[in-house]
Amino acid sequence: MTSTYAVLSEGLRKRFGEVEALRGLDLAVAPGTVCGLLGPNGAGKTTAVRLLATLLRPDAGSARVAGHDLLRDPAAVRRHIGVTGQYASVDGDLTGRQNLRLFARLHRVRGPAGRADELLERFGLTEAADRPASTYSGGMRRRLDLAATLVRRPDVLFLDEPTTGLDPASRGRIWEAVRELAADGTAALLTTQYLEEADQLADDIALMDRGRIARTGSPAQLKAVLGTQVEVVVADVDTMVDAAAVLDRLTGAEPTLDRERRAVGALTRDDTLTLPRLVRELDAAGVPLVDASLRPPTLDDVFLRLTEERAA
Amino acid sequence: MSTLVYDGGAMLGRQLRRVRNNPGLLILTQTMPINMLLFFGYVFGSALAMPGEEYRSFLVPGLLVATAANGIMTGMFQAAQDTHRGVTDRLRTLPMSRAAVPLGQTVADLVVTAVGTLPLLLTGLLVGWRIEGPALEAVGALGLLLLFRFAMTWIGVFLGMLTRSEEAAGQLGAATFLLPLLSNAYIPADGLPGWLRTVAEWNPISAVTTALRDLFGNAPVPDGAAWPVAHPVAGSLAWCAVLLAVFVPLAVRRYARGEG
Repeated sequence: MTSTYAVLSEGLRKRFGEVEALRGLDLAVAPGTVCGLLGPNGAGKTTAVRLLATLLRPDAGSARVAGHDLLRDPAAVRRHIGVTGQYASVDGDLTGRQNLRLFARLHRVRGPAGRADELLERFGLTEAADRPASTYSGGMRRRLDLAATLVRRPDVLFLDEPTTGLDPASRGRIWEAVRELAADGTAALLTTQYLEEADQLADDIALMDRGRIARTGSPAQLKAVLGTQVEVVVADVDTMVDAAAVLDRLTGAEPTLDRERRAVGALTRDDTLTLPRLVRELDAAGVPLVDASLRPPTLDDVFLRLTEERAA
Repeated sequence: MSTLVYDGGAMLGRQLRRVRNNPGLLILTQTMPINMLLFFGYVFGSALAMPGEEYRSFLVPGLLVATAANGIMTGMFQAAQDTHRGVTDRLRTLPMSRAAVPLGQTVADLVVTAVGTLPLLLTGLLVGWRIEGPALEAVGALGLLLLFRFAMTWIGVFLGMLTRSEEAAGQLGAATFLLPLLSNAYIPADGLPGWLRTVAEWNPISAVTTALRDLFGNAPVPDGAAWPVAHPVAGSLAWCAVLLAVFVPLAVRRYARGEG
């Protein structure tokens, strides 16, 4: 069991004063896979990562990270992990090169200067290597951050919102680096606000809600749970109610109305509903149709559904 | 132990590079006492009963110790900055000695202070301060000064990790400016009303200042003072030992646990 998972936690709990940030976290991440940890703000994602990365001690529960007991031997865990994200940062007063040499030295990498040059080259930072990191743009800073995490290849990589606020090119560069690491056998635990990022990178997704894992599965599995998203756009706002009545009858789900776009949508698990049938039924009801579509839901839909369930 | 030395050495190098890349705080904290020496020595000094030259000789050891007490401020500021910016957390995820980070910071501060004190000593010489005692005792005085600085920086490191906000550290740090005012660093404490004199003489700054005046041969140990001032060298060593014994474990434990 210990060798199967790179991260395996059972019943991790953490309380900050009155707030119960984690109420029993059970999580398993296999080597060579990326696990996306998603959830609304305050769900406990950051606390979960901080606990597993040895930055905080849990109040209860147990976990093994990279084969070592998180509570009994955090020092051994630290030899096998890399952490990058909003709260684990490089030193802005040092240059990019000085930072990488320092971290290489602390990781006992042989030839820290050579390793620093290699990483500067790989992350496109050679030109800026001798400027203080505080003068870097957001994208360069994040790349330096990841480079500092990779001075030695970690068995488990923790990425806390690694691309928040980055332009598409920088984001792509970081995604590429994560994919390469996973291909080499590194397990990654990723938290992100961008569902597209999770869709792109994650093999598995764990949806967190109020300090627990609410649902897990591959992106495809999670989407399949919701079924198919039906959406029609009508020419006349007054006919939206008629369209909604038809969708209600066909899907059995309560349709949502978007008056601005004159769109009516609903989720269905009925496989027999096809586009021609949808169009025929709406036409028969006298709805002036502009557009109609059946598509798999996005992770956004999954996410919204979760928060709706929570509110209900 | 060897990991502590190796990691501590790497952190020492980091701190020194940091000061070299960004020497603003160092220049500010080291030019301030020179300005104070000139203002106090010539402006206030002219209003005191003590002759000007004598007061400036009296003042130089006081300013040296007051500047050393600023170790609270610099220690706090740097530790708060590291904690706030996430550098501390990054280091805490590395397989390195838990004590290396605060130790590297405090030892680096010591190296920087040893060099940074020279301008104040030279300015002191220019305005009439002299080493009037034996050379060996003067060396002892400088050693005591650095030991005191070391203890002050550890207090600062602990408080900095506690406050975490750079702004709060800056404000709280500025308040350390008040500490030498309630001591015999700038004025003789003998003239203070009874209870205030007791408070001032139990201020660690008073013991160290008196020890420096005694070892440099600038002023005699005052009569009827509280124990740490009446036995200034022993008193200073005792203060440093107590402060280090309290704040080194607090700071290291705080760093290792990292909770707030």
